[in-house]
Amino acid sequence: MTGSQPDASALVRIENVHKFFGSAHVLRGIDLTVRLGEVAVVIGPSGSGKSTLLRCVNHLETISAGRIHVGDDLIGYREIDGKLHDLPHGSIALQRRKIGMVFQQFNLFPHKTALDNIAEAPVHAKGIAKKDARRRALELLDRVGLASHATHYPAQLSGGQQQRVAIARALAMDPALMLFDEPTSALDPELVGDVLDVMKDLARSGMTMIVVTHEIGFAREVGDSLVFMDEGVVVERGAPRDVLGNPQHARTREFLSKVL
Amino acid sequence: MSEGGVTAVPVVSEFTASSQKIELISATPVRHPGRWVGVAVIVLACILLIQSLATNPNYHWDTVATYILDVHVVQAVGWTLLLTVASMILATALAVALALMRVSENPVFQWTSWAWVWFFRGTPVYTQLVFWGLVAVLYPKITLGVPFGPELLQFDTQDLITAGVAALLGLGLNESAYLAEIFRAGLKSVGAGQMEAAEALGLRKSKIMWRIVLPQAMRVIIPPTGNEAIGMLKTTSLVLAIPFTMDLTFVTNSAANRLYLPIPLLIVAASWYLLITSILMVGQHFIERHYGKGFDGRILAPTDSALEGRR
Repeated sequence: MTGSQPDASALVRIENVHKFFGSAHVLRGIDLTVRLGEVAVVIGPSGSGKSTLLRCVNHLETISAGRIHVGDDLIGYREIDGKLHDLPHGSIALQRRKIGMVFQQFNLFPHKTALDNIAEAPVHAKGIAKKDARRRALELLDRVGLASHATHYPAQLSGGQQQRVAIARALAMDPALMLFDEPTSALDPELVGDVLDVMKDLARSGMTMIVVTHEIGFAREVGDSLVFMDEGVVVERGAPRDVLGNPQHARTREFLSKVL
Repeated sequence: MSEGGVTAVPVVSEFTASSQKIELISATPVRHPGRWVGVAVIVLACILLIQSLATNPNYHWDTVATYILDVHVVQAVGWTLLLTVASMILATALAVALALMRVSENPVFQWTSWAWVWFFRGTPVYTQLVFWGLVAVLYPKITLGVPFGPELLQFDTQDLITAGVAALLGLGLNESAYLAEIFRAGLKSVGAGQMEAAEALGLRKSKIMWRIVLPQAMRVIIPPTGNEAIGMLKTTSLVLAIPFTMDLTFVTNSAANRLYLPIPLLIVAASWYLLITSILMVGQHFIERHYGKGFDGRILAPTDSALEGRR
């Protein structure tokens, strides 16, 4: 039972989510709403649970308690008379097709070219004709500035180029929501800018995004909201300008003093 | 353009780059006299070997020449090849299932797979072949039906499990245990991130396995599987345990016994085994190259744009 009527513009509703890894209590009652078109940036020290939270949103991790809704979907479960039933893998796959994810380690398919990485899921998950999927993949490669690299294998691309292909790969499924899990953390400093530019571009186009990152500058520039997490709870949330300029909690202040 | 580093060593001892003269090092290499001694020993050994092959009459090269293309021998080569290929196909099909069962979440599948590997790897293949030869003694009739219920179909085991089928089952089931372990190692070699990325894209489980995980696992699976195929070729020489009497070793042995000339017939058999092994190795090379795409640094389909990006 949900208590109050949810905000109509909310795309992601995370309600009282807990997560245990064995006896470790890594998420301790997270409540978070992300509106359609919002760019929510999540920051916090390592081990604060921010990546875990992100991975719960597309059910790469199962939650131990609470509910996560994305659009009309209750992620990972079907609720019948207040009792949850696991969704079969095929139904979870259907939910995931609406949620793009970008990983810290890119996770491109090394045996496929950049173009085939992007066209893979549209063809083999959505059943789009190969020709159309490849044409769309080329458009997306162009959008991330890599149209001339279509036939390259991931091993032939720099980290920044791989991450841009990974973003294009996620976009190829036309997701309603994009999750970014520390997308620039594994990159050489001079390559970070290109990836952030693509993400900024995406944010301006109206994509709903949840971004776990250490790039405070990105949060300030394009974030609609900033979430500071520590020890499995949301400590503070607000407009990036407010949280960064005038943090309300001692823990936020302490963290920001180290990273700014 | 000077970007991209030095890709070729210039043959000239000096060259000018932007009006500056650079003198390249031309150092005297360290001498290795021990290597020359080693090479001399090897060359001498080769000469002695060739000399003895050419002059020792006990090799009976005329008999080798007579039998190498003998119709019975060539037929036996065919049977040996057929047995090798069919057993490997059976073993591969079983091993894929066993490996998937082993990584399944279902504990009954896991244990069934484990027990299968434990049994077939834990007993000698010769014993297993003898057993398959005797299966008709153990079960004279094979019946299809409902347990404790009506019988639908009945066969004489001897009609169903002929010597050829017994050889196929014996070799294939034994091999499946080894291949299952190889396949399992291959599946484990694919990083968890690959699975997650595919899942996050909304691919179904079967697609993830066949299109993302297995093609990458093949890179790890192929070399030891090629090894196993060559091993299988030679293990077929044990099928006389069944007894299956049409394979290369049995046929050349019988000829040798007839002629009282074992050595030339052994050479005939060894030559054929070597030839087939060589062919299998060539095949393996091409399969390895196919599954190495994107891994071994080669540009497979070099295009203008592909080269452009390297600059």
